[in-house]
Amino acid sequence: MKKYLLAVLVDNKPGVLTHVSGLISRRAFNIESISAGYTEEPSVTRINIVVSVESENELDQVVNQLSKLIDVIKIVNLSKAPSIERELVMIKVRATKKDRADLVNIVDIFRANIVDITPENVVIELTGQQSKIDAICEVLSEYEIVEIARTGAIALSRGPIPVKRM
Amino acid sequence: MRMNGAQAVLESLKKEGVDIVFGYPGGVVLKLYDEVYKMNFPHILTGHEQGAVHAADGYARASGKVGVVFATSGPGAANLITGIATANMDSVPLVCITGQVANPAIGKDSFQEVDVCGITTPITKHNYLVKDVRELPRVIKEAFFIARTGRPGPVSVDVAADVFNTEFDYEYPETVKLRGYTGDYTGDAAEIDAAVAAMEEAKKPLVFFGGGVTSSGTSEELRAIVERLGVPSTSTIMGLGCMASGAKGYLGFAGMHGSYGANMAIQSCDLLLCIGMRFSDRVTGRVAEFAPRARIVHFELDPAEVNKNVHADYRVLGDLRWSLPLFKEKLLASHTDFAAKHEEWLRHTLQVAEEHPFSYQEDGESIKPGALIRKISALMDEDTIAVTDVGQHQMWAAQFYEARKPRQFLTSGGLGTMGYGLPAAMGAKLACPDKKVVLFTGDGSIMMNCQEFATIADHDVDVKTVILENHLLGMVGQWQRLFYHHHYSASELKGKRDFVKLAEAMGLKGYRLTKQEELETVLPKILAEPGPAVIDCIVPQEENVLPMVPGGKRLDQMVLGGE
Ligand SMILES: Cc1ncc(C[n+]2csc(CCOP(=O)(O)OP(=O)(O)O)c2C)c(N)n1
Repeated sequence: MKKYLLAVLVDNKPGVLTHVSGLISRRAFNIESISAGYTEEPSVTRINIVVSVESENELDQVVNQLSKLIDVIKIVNLSKAPSIERELVMIKVRATKKDRADLVNIVDIFRANIVDITPENVVIELTGQQSKIDAICEVLSEYEIVEIARTGAIALSRGPIPVKRM
Repeated sequence: MRMNGAQAVLESLKKEGVDIVFGYPGGVVLKLYDEVYKMNFPHILTGHEQGAVHAADGYARASGKVGVVFATSGPGAANLITGIATANMDSVPLVCITGQVANPAIGKDSFQEVDVCGITTPITKHNYLVKDVRELPRVIKEAFFIARTGRPGPVSVDVAADVFNTEFDYEYPETVKLRGYTGDYTGDAAEIDAAVAAMEEAKKPLVFFGGGVTSSGTSEELRAIVERLGVPSTSTIMGLGCMASGAKGYLGFAGMHGSYGANMAIQSCDLLLCIGMRFSDRVTGRVAEFAPRARIVHFELDPAEVNKNVHADYRVLGDLRWSLPLFKEKLLASHTDFAAKHEEWLRHTLQVAEEHPFSYQEDGESIKPGALIRKISALMDEDTIAVTDVGQHQMWAAQFYEARKPRQFLTSGGLGTMGYGLPAAMGAKLACPDKKVVLFTGDGSIMMNCQEFATIADHDVDVKTVILENHLLGMVGQWQRLFYHHHYSASELKGKRDFVKLAEAMGLKGYRLTKQEELETVLPKILAEPGPAVIDCIVPQEENVLPMVPGGKRLDQMVLGGE
């Protein structure tokens, strides 16, 4: 299985997320993550989809089927273009006083941040590539992880040309 | 112009050239129907919303125009679903306008509320919920544009009830502006050059065409290309009529119940020129061993169909209205003597085909389905529209009815919807009043929308309904005979249906034929009489549709019959 990050520009209209998610489930595509948000143009929403596929052929199917949706304006496979990929994670870890120094060390090494502390917990925030996020999750699994929230990956192309003009 | 939303719907339909709507009223569309009344807008009240949507589908398939449906919210909209899915599978252009509960009631599980956009998303080309009357003209304009352009399909427009009542300044947009959809599918001419080159090299090419040729109206180009190449050709069921049956080298349709000649040619050709088709499992048999010796050239409008089920070695993406004329020109300009190159192969395929033509055995007594359909085919003129339901009779109709022109063999191919036939036949006749319309149906299928007999009677729609009554859900029974030890589980129709009385009760003439000789003595007279009629033909129960490619088998592993 190979993963690709697709930047999907869609009309910011009611129903568009149903159309996209409905298509994904109907065609039984494997989706690792999906996130959506506003863009520099108020009428356009950007959906970031990480798909996991067996072959190029399957990838083409995902792109071609998504392209058929009337409200999809453009799809770019950013995994095949020079791009920067990021994901944000927040991890709540059970941490008594004696664990804290260790946790601060780990946070420093990963260049993460501690964004909340209570007597029992810390909340660690990290932005980075998925591999880095997977790595910190693994290291922290030695402690008691209370909960994790991840945004799913988003990406931008490098250089001056935006996805809408690619 | 100042008007309310209901008037705006009808004005917009007029601007789109809609000359008939099929529908069924209810609470939230009362305002819309009041304007239908005031404007005297042509409308057919069917007996069921499913009847309305299949009728609009039959209208669209027969005419090439967009079929239009009205229905109320909740149960009305829900009753459209099978018909919308049927149209979606076969790429039929429809615009279905449903009422939704009023804006303030949406999302509250209000009386007769159902999430129409949610339900129709997987079975429409696009859908809308209109909550603001000012969007209505643009949405209707877009809906028709989307339904009819590109690969056609159904579009659902759900309108909140209060929108119909709201007054606004109406203006119908001249053009459609959609950022993600242009409806223009002009392709890359270099792909056509590659296809021509492949054609020049091929020794045993076969043309395989589908419903895309029907919906793009390119059968003339297709016929010219086949003639220029001097090759054999075959079709999917959706392509029936694009080549006249009996045309030189046409082997009939291919697939599960397709002709021996067509299936064998597919398995032995070295190049398969596929035009406007999507490699459904009904035509490929075991897909891994489909056309094992062939390079595949795929002419297709919808990029998602290329390489979906079968890998294409060459693709020509684009509207067939663009690609086929260009392909034809380039073939005509080629120095290759195609006819000479393919002569031996053509002769060979025809010879193979002759070994096992579609056949049936008469017993001198009973009406054999093949004989019945062949007889009717001979009695009808070349402009007649044949419509089918789903089951054995559908396959026999595909085998023995000679479709001579496109848009004259209407059948639910992709979804296989029993109950499609009668309303679709009615829609086809209303679309083409000058053409004769004959419906082939079964004693199972006809029960699924027989309420439309009353609609046909009300409007005196001249449809000849031919019921092949075998006292069985025949196609189910065939599989049970062949693969389930002859266990007729829930497939026998031994009740006391009397289709002649049913016809009469609904206001139609009914006839019953039981003997082979009546095909000569009675049938021609009934068919020649003007006005709708129901002809109940008693046929033997144990007849199989053959040849047959059992599920999971290769196309050349057909079960044959008749000898
Ligand atoms: C709505 C629907 N329900 C069930 C089926 C499954 N099915 C396919 S063919 C068939 C039997 C059709 O019987 P009939 O209309 O009598 O035609 P025959 O096969 O006898 O010619 C059935 C039940 C279907 N295609 N559509």
